[in-house]
Parts: sequence; structure tokens; C-alpha cells
Amino acid sequence: MSEDNSNALKIVVLVKHVPDVQFDRHIDAQTLRIERGESTLSELDEYAIEAALAIIEAHGGAAAGHEVIAATMGGSNASGAVKKALQMGATSGVHLNDEALAGSDVLATSKALAALIEKIGDVDLVVTGMSSTDAETSVVPAQLAERLGWAQLTQASSVEFDQATNTLVISRDSATQRLRLSASLPAVLSVTDQANEPRYPNFKGIMAAKKKSTTELSVADLALDAAAVGPEGSRSTVVQAEAHPAREAGTVITDSGEAGIALVDFLAAQKLI
Amino acid sequence: MTTALVFLTETAENLGKAQRELLSLGARFEQTLVAVPGDASESLRAELGRYGVATVYTAAVDPEIFAQPLVELLDAAIAAGQPELVLTGNDPLSREAAARVAVRREAGIVTDATDVSADLLISKDELAGSYGAQVKVASQPALVALKPNSVDDAPAEAASTPEVVSLPLAEVDAPQVRVLGAEPKPVSTRPALNEARVVVAGGRGVNGDFSPVEDLADALGAAVGASRAATDAGWISHDAQVGQTGVTVSPQLYISAGISGAIQQKAGMQTSKVIVAVNKDADAPVFEIADLGIVGDLAKVLPQAAEEIRRRQA
Repeated sequence: MSEDNSNALKIVVLVKHVPDVQFDRHIDAQTLRIERGESTLSELDEYAIEAALAIIEAHGGAAAGHEVIAATMGGSNASGAVKKALQMGATSGVHLNDEALAGSDVLATSKALAALIEKIGDVDLVVTGMSSTDAETSVVPAQLAERLGWAQLTQASSVEFDQATNTLVISRDSATQRLRLSASLPAVLSVTDQANEPRYPNFKGIMAAKKKSTTELSVADLALDAAAVGPEGSRSTVVQAEAHPAREAGTVITDSGEAGIALVDFLAAQKLI
Repeated sequence: MTTALVFLTETAENLGKAQRELLSLGARFEQTLVAVPGDASESLRAELGRYGVATVYTAAVDPEIFAQPLVELLDAAIAAGQPELVLTGNDPLSREAAARVAVRREAGIVTDATDVSADLLISKDELAGSYGAQVKVASQPALVALKPNSVDDAPAEAASTPEVVSLPLAEVDAPQVRVLGAEPKPVSTRPALNEARVVVAGGRGVNGDFSPVEDLADALGAAVGASRAATDAGWISHDAQVGQTGVTVSPQLYISAGISGAIQQKAGMQTSKVIVAVNKDADAPVFEIADLGIVGDLAKVLPQAAEEIRRRQA
């Protein structure tokens, strides 16, 4: 809680600039890192932005002093993710922009992000998507909760916030059950694509975003040693990466009444039945 | 000597398929340890013995506190067993518990792994299975979440009688996340989607009626999957969704029925060994990756196939 206004919520949404899943994606043969051309806001982060905006709007919105800060880390082009979040309605942006971050594994990423949250200060809630659409580890939120000592409310398919009791209640599905989980803020929340329907930036939002500020920070600004992030701060290293051979189209037949039998013949020939 | 610790977040009456695969991979190393919540029953100990497990670490876990007790259990088991390798399931809870322990131990974690070599080089899929990568971890332990269907179920050559060690866990004071309720989902007699050998999946083309998909799945002993279009339409539970935001599957056989094969769908199933696609639209992208494509009406093709399978098996 911020000291000047104890009822104002300060929410940080972590957003990531990722290669567009609509195009072929590649790993650079030299650096063994994902190529980041044709990048866009990770689609799953839109649900996180929506969840954060919905929470503040249900409690008076920005007029009540609540803030939704879109934060990202990465090189200069990563700011594209923040821009889209501002257009959707985030109040301001923070970009941890440092080439030293390139090549960070999960451990180094969560270290940098935890330091970023502490630098922003007085944060009540961190919201993320269920996973990035590039690395797809989905474990950074759990590591952030561990590093910050905050409650871990992850993979939420529904979210309710009660400001009077400062409590978040979520639903979380596993293969065998649906859990209802509850925790007090501060917390790290990750939301699935079932949690809400993200809004599209409208013309007003796009114009308003031009006037919103984004703060640039470097690793040194977080009082982090450059060796704490990037390859030196990482404990896992990709030593080889190769594209799997592209799948090729096999036989295509048109059903003339016997295709079901042909299907079974095919399965038998492949020893699958 | 390499010691592998297999972390099981829960056990039902019997070990699940993915759990047996974890134990099979663990059994390839000189010593295999297991960490499991609750008190390891006699039947569980016997099953673990088939995989040559030397020691089972157990601890009482408060079911009303989410995740945290599992983190404490895994951390304490690592402290007790000093493994070089920790193997966990690839499900969210296992991954998250392992990831929190990784922070405590400044350790590397690798998710979506498909294999671990004798010298701890980890194979994994990248970019939704379009790349294969080799990863080195520079920490002890290396934490690895293994994808189901990556390793054959192979019990150890020599069975063991595991020693059971009950670990005292630090009290979780001020519980951070409380479990308010746990609503069990209907139990299906079909195999679990993420670990099934065969998956039959339906999409927009089923037009609200999943019965031909379910019937063929039952003839094949398969799990039922669905595209996002089908789950969003409410024709089948979201749990059945195959794709980037649903379940990622890697079965021996994937039969796609009435699914065009958009990129998000493809991301969830393209590592399947054999793909068969049935679609009315000859231009559906799914035919570009199918080993056998059938242009036709799934409502005719699927029942005919199911009947033929039953006839041949009779």
C-alpha cells in the first residue's frame, strides 16, 4: 500500500514482447536464442492486463488513485509490449531496458523482475499471463512469489478481489479438480485465457496512450550486478538447438463411402491397432 | 555416482502413467530417490520398489494450504538426499513447486523436457515442438520437468525394498494461500489427455455433437480432445482443449476430426508420432501436416472406422 493513500491499489502487470505465433518462429543458429523479429505483445498477457484493469475499475478506477503499471524487460524493441498495454488502459509503463538481460534463463529473469518490482515500490499485486507464448515455461510467477515472499495465486481461471478484506479469491483447475484459493495481498497472480475477455484498444485509448509516460531503467538502477542476470546469472544454458524436420503432407483421399475402412487399414499398417 | 530424486505431488491408488515414466527415467541413474506427500502406503512402496527406488521421503502435508507444503517437502528431500537431478511432472503444480525450490537453491530448471542423458544433458522441445534443444544445467541439483509420453515405462532390472524416511517439515506459519474448496471433476474412464497413447480430437466441424469423436475414441481406447473453437462453443469441457493454451499432447496417434488446424491447435499436437485428419474442407491447413488426410464428413467416416475396429477386434 502506498503511504500517501492507503486505499489506492498499485498493480504491476508484467508484459512480454514475443515473436508473433502467426509466423514461423526460429532459434538463431549462432546465439541459440529465439529470433525476435516480427514481435508483438504475448497474446496471453492481454488477459493479465484485462484482469488488472477490471480490478481497479471495480473499485473506482484511476480516479480513486489506483494504478496499473505495465512493466517489461528486454532490449529496446520490448517497449512495443508496454505500448499496447497503455493503449488498453494501463496508467503508466516501466521498461527495464538493458542488453545485459539477453540470454537470461528463468532464474535470472525472475531475479531481475523481483528487483524491478522492489524498485517500483509499494506494489500490492503483480499480474501475469499463464505463460509466455515463446519460452512457455510458465514458472516465472511462482519464482517471483518465492523471491518476494508473497502469496502465489497462479493459473487463475476466475478472479475476485475484495478490497475491504484485501483478499483475492481465484479458481484454479487441475486435471482432476477445481480449487478455490484465497490469499491476502501482496500477491503474484497469473491468469489463464479463461479468466476474462480482453478489451481491444479503442481510438480514445490509443490517443490517450500517447500522453502516458514510460520510465526506462537499467540493471544498474535496480542495484543488481550485471553478472546477476544474462548468461552469467543463469544456471541453464541451451547448448544446441535444431529445427525438427517439417512434417510433410501424407496421402490425402476423398471419401467415396469407404474412407472409414481406409482409415482402419492405415492404422493397421502403422501397427497402431 | 548420480542420484536422481523423483518428486510426486500426489498419488492415487496406483501410480499414474506419467509418474511411471518419471520413475523409469530416474531408474537409469545409479540411485533413485522419491519424495511424496502423505505416508507411503505398502502398495505404493511395492510399486516404487519395481523401479529400484532406494529411499522414499515422506511428510505430512496440510491439504488446506496451497503449494507451500509441497515446496517444503521437495526442499527438505533435496537437503536429505543431495541428488544431482530432480525429476518432476510437467503439470503446473509440479513445475511451480520445483521452480520455487530452484530459487532457494540458485538452481536451474528446465521444463518440457523429453529426456536426460547419463551426463545430465537435457533434451527439450522449444517453440511449441518445432525445435529440439539440448540444455546444460550448472547447478546441483538440476531440476527437470518431464513431458508425458517421452520415456518408455521400464521398471528396473532388479526390484528394491525402499527405505521410508519421514521428513519433519518446518511449520508454515502465516499460511499464504488457503484452499477454500476443492471440487472434484467427473472421473472419466478414458485415459488422461496429456498422457494418452491415442487422442481423437474434434473441432468446429463436429457441429455440437461429439458422439462420433467419443465413439471412435472408445473403440481405440483413446482420450478425447478438442479445438478451442469447440470448447469455446461449450460443446465439451475446456479441460479437453488441445493447443497452446490448453493441453499439449504428444501421442503415438492423433486423429483430428473437423479441425482446420490453426496455429494454436498445431502448437498443441504437432509432436504426435502419427497424425490422421478428417475434414470436409480439402484446403484445411491440417492436411499439410497429416500422415493420412481424409476429405469427407466426420459424421460418416468416424462411425464407419469405429465399427470396423470393433469388427476386427471381435
